[in-house]
Amino acid sequence: MAETKPVERPLSPHIQIYRPQLTSITSILTRITGNALIVAVILVVWWLLSAAVSDASFATANAVMTSWFGDLVMTLSLLGIWYHYLAGLRHLYFDAGHGLEIETAEKLGIACLVGSVVLTVITILIV
Amino acid sequence: MVQLTLPKNSRMTTGKTWPKPEGKNVRKFQIYRWNPDDGKNPQLDTYFVDLDDCGPMVLDALIYIKNNIDPTLTFRRSCREGICGSCAMNIDGINTLACIYGMDEVKGDVKIYPLPHMPVVKDLIPDLTHFYAQHASIMPWLETKTNRPAKEWKQSIEDREKLDGLYECVMCACCSTSCPSYWWNGDKYLGPAALLHAYRWIIDSRDEATGERLDDLEDPFKLYRCHTIMNCTKTCPKGLNPAKSIAEIKRMMVNRVV
Repeated sequence: MAETKPVERPLSPHIQIYRPQLTSITSILTRITGNALIVAVILVVWWLLSAAVSDASFATANAVMTSWFGDLVMTLSLLGIWYHYLAGLRHLYFDAGHGLEIETAEKLGIACLVGSVVLTVITILIV
Repeated sequence: MVQLTLPKNSRMTTGKTWPKPEGKNVRKFQIYRWNPDDGKNPQLDTYFVDLDDCGPMVLDALIYIKNNIDPTLTFRRSCREGICGSCAMNIDGINTLACIYGMDEVKGDVKIYPLPHMPVVKDLIPDLTHFYAQHASIMPWLETKTNRPAKEWKQSIEDREKLDGLYECVMCACCSTSCPSYWWNGDKYLGPAALLHAYRWIIDSRDEATGERLDDLEDPFKLYRCHTIMNCTKTCPKGLNPAKSIAEIKRMMVNRVV
């Protein structure tokens, strides 16, 4: 019989070589925005808590939150929350068995991306 | 589990560049190579194919390379018309069948890898044992309890039409190996191909094990690792929609408890 030794097989390349698709990008963005929003929530909670603790601690928190950095984080979070909201609606629509043809799914994806930017701009203009 | 980098033994190196022929219509190919016998890591070999001397499909170029340049290049192929599903591979960043994918559909150099996130047997041949076992696990046959009819199990034209878009699947594994969820949890998540087949038997009007089939899929991993990423539907070389089948199974799961 031929001599056989176990071979350690390599794993074929995956995310390194797979071309990003509109549907996969809009899907992973839902998760990324969802997780990033946890950071925003922690910051807002810190802001509120510091107001309850002392004048000095509120001054620190308020300074951070109203600085250019705080503005940047909050603006991106606004974009994130709008995107996450629209993508969540899209998921509900998918789970009801609709919009699962590639053409429709991609249109919905673009709608989520464009919609979140538009809604962010509108929110900034109103508030 | 999510593992964004390749294991050490799987990282690719630059391989051999084969001589470039004379000719006006020469196309560059970069092809994944791995030989189980030389103990080396996988490598990307570069080949040049004179398109004036070769058919239009990617499979034509692979056969050209094997016949005229490098007979050691290893890949599966059989029917050359998209019905056997053998030549499934990753071409230009998407999974498809080499025999029905035209080289004119690829911009720039043609990059060819085996189906993603699979153990490699050699070169472009992935080990599909687990994939087939998952297909077998969904009981891909007619399950009946009533007595067998005198002739065949009959079905109305309308009920038969429900199987359109499902029975055409050739089990090439393009969809499952395009799915990030299947990459990270392929050991427990059944993947789009097996689930499309599960749905094909669930909605077959002649099948009498619908409840048992749904019970079997009621599992945190087997069905619910689908997050509607839709790489499966986007890449299916037969134009089928596994994402839709999975969504329909999820709906049936909800409908039977509410």
